[in-house]
Amino acid sequence: MTLITSTIPAPAGPHYRPAGVLRSEWTKIRSVRSTTWTLVATIGITIGIGVLATSTEASRWTHASLADRLTFDPTSLSLAGLLFGQLAIGILGVLVISAEYGTGTIRASLAAIPNRPLFLAAKAAVFTAVALIVGEIVSFGAFFIGQSILGGSAPHAMLGQAGVLRAVAGGGLYLAVLGLFALGLASIIRHTAGAISAFVGVLLIFPLITQALPSSIRDVIGKFEPATIGNAMTSVNTHLQGGAIPAFSPWVGLAVLCGYAAAVLGIGGWLMVRRDA
Amino acid sequence: MIEVTGITKRYGDTLAVDDLSFEVKPGQITGFLGPNGSGKSTTMRMIMGLDNPDAGQATINGKAYGGLGWPLREVGGLLEAKAIHPGRSALNHLWALAQTNDIPRSRVDEVLEVVGLTSVARKRVGTFSLGMGQRLGIAAALLGDPSVLLFDEPINGLDPEGIRWVRNLLKGLGKEGRTVFVSSHLMSEMALTADHLVVIGRGRLIAEMPVSEFIAQSSQQFVRVRTNQPNELREALQSTEATVVEEEDGALSVSDLSAEEVGDIALIRQIVIHELSPQLASLEEAFMELTHDSVDYRGESGLSADTDFENKNGRLTPAGK
Repeated sequence: MTLITSTIPAPAGPHYRPAGVLRSEWTKIRSVRSTTWTLVATIGITIGIGVLATSTEASRWTHASLADRLTFDPTSLSLAGLLFGQLAIGILGVLVISAEYGTGTIRASLAAIPNRPLFLAAKAAVFTAVALIVGEIVSFGAFFIGQSILGGSAPHAMLGQAGVLRAVAGGGLYLAVLGLFALGLASIIRHTAGAISAFVGVLLIFPLITQALPSSIRDVIGKFEPATIGNAMTSVNTHLQGGAIPAFSPWVGLAVLCGYAAAVLGIGGWLMVRRDA
Repeated sequence: MIEVTGITKRYGDTLAVDDLSFEVKPGQITGFLGPNGSGKSTTMRMIMGLDNPDAGQATINGKAYGGLGWPLREVGGLLEAKAIHPGRSALNHLWALAQTNDIPRSRVDEVLEVVGLTSVARKRVGTFSLGMGQRLGIAAALLGDPSVLLFDEPINGLDPEGIRWVRNLLKGLGKEGRTVFVSSHLMSEMALTADHLVVIGRGRLIAEMPVSEFIAQSSQQFVRVRTNQPNELREALQSTEATVVEEEDGALSVSDLSAEEVGDIALIRQIVIHELSPQLASLEEAFMELTHDSVDYRGESGLSADTDFENKNGRLTPAGK
């Protein structure tokens, strides 16, 4: 019987603690391949599209119109890939939750941590930390590579210039918060395919629908769309986005995005407590 | 100690568990028996705080599951075979669980050894057979060295060696004074392992009693006898008020008389008999009789009853060694 009865030391304290739950979630996120693949995709897509966009601009700069030259924002251009990279990080955000439900691991997890809001909060915290670090690496990587491509033939930006550091760092923040939003959606929807569809719908389909609305309504709704906010967050010349939808200033936009993420996580946590696992 | 009081669970119009109350005491193995779909798994999930009951409550050592300080150190549960992320290794699955309850890494290696998965600990769970998945689930249940253990159909998917190993494990855990609650839809399996029975059908309690009592109560004995003169023998036997039924092959089934008595009567009447054998109705038949009215889904073929009663080594050894 010696093998069953073990000499595990008595726990310190009367109750399981958030630190242990965080460590557990860190073990989980780093021990599945989908994490590696979605992060590699986030990096590859964002930097790849940034390279494509800056190369194109560098080659056509000599033919660019005066209007184009006046509104040219080299920082924003090098970060254009974030619009697609957000899909990959969103898929990771979804999988962090939906894979637990899809495989049934959720029951083992909740048997170990009956406090469901704590469980969801730990998941969200670990994911956000990973997404923020990878997001900043991606954003700065895309910026530096993009500027070196532009450097030969077109104006390029440097981190020391006004608003540039804010825009590049904003790219990483944008990725992390959108990924967290996807995680929140998954905590409500619980199915991988359903949650990814909802995430893509909010990001890409919804703006297409609003395009069809009269401009007075479109401008109001458009301000609240993640893509509009993201665009403003990653631009230096926010007031020069001629013809584009009016946008919140970068930090207000970030606060709005955080509000979205908090709202879906709050609803997800509320449902999690009430629903059967 | 598990106490279930008036627990009720409704899915839409269906009452999955209907005002169910019972106790599971420490130091013995309590079998949770019922046909498929009778509410066993739902009840176990409610005990473990995973599903919310519509009425009633379940407590473990006097506390609701959600009120346990270190849940894995107090309760171990195996609820579903292979309900584990297929992309994660066995080691990482257990380590992630262990970390939540401050269980040291050495204990993960220990339970992997106990269930015989040490050599495949770093393999992804998706490559595991159903039986290996069950062993990993059992390892997770043992992780916190808990005093209360719940196993939902632990022998599903196991080969005969694995089944024997689970039986010995359960008995070992019971002998150590733990509370062991095991569900099964096979009475024969419970007769081999359990000390006490909670029988449910359609979410309602049908019986709660020691296994020995269930066996004594439900084992109908009868004697099978074959002869060329069935009518004479039947007449002779019936004169003793025994119940005699003629079977399809012409043999007679005699209740309320021993084989010796039947033989003696035949000799006195000078009737030649060609077969005389005492028969025992199987426990499976008794169980089916008991739950007959409460079976929702018929047509399932149960595993053939394993009649291996021997239990050579009560000692727990890692499987495959």
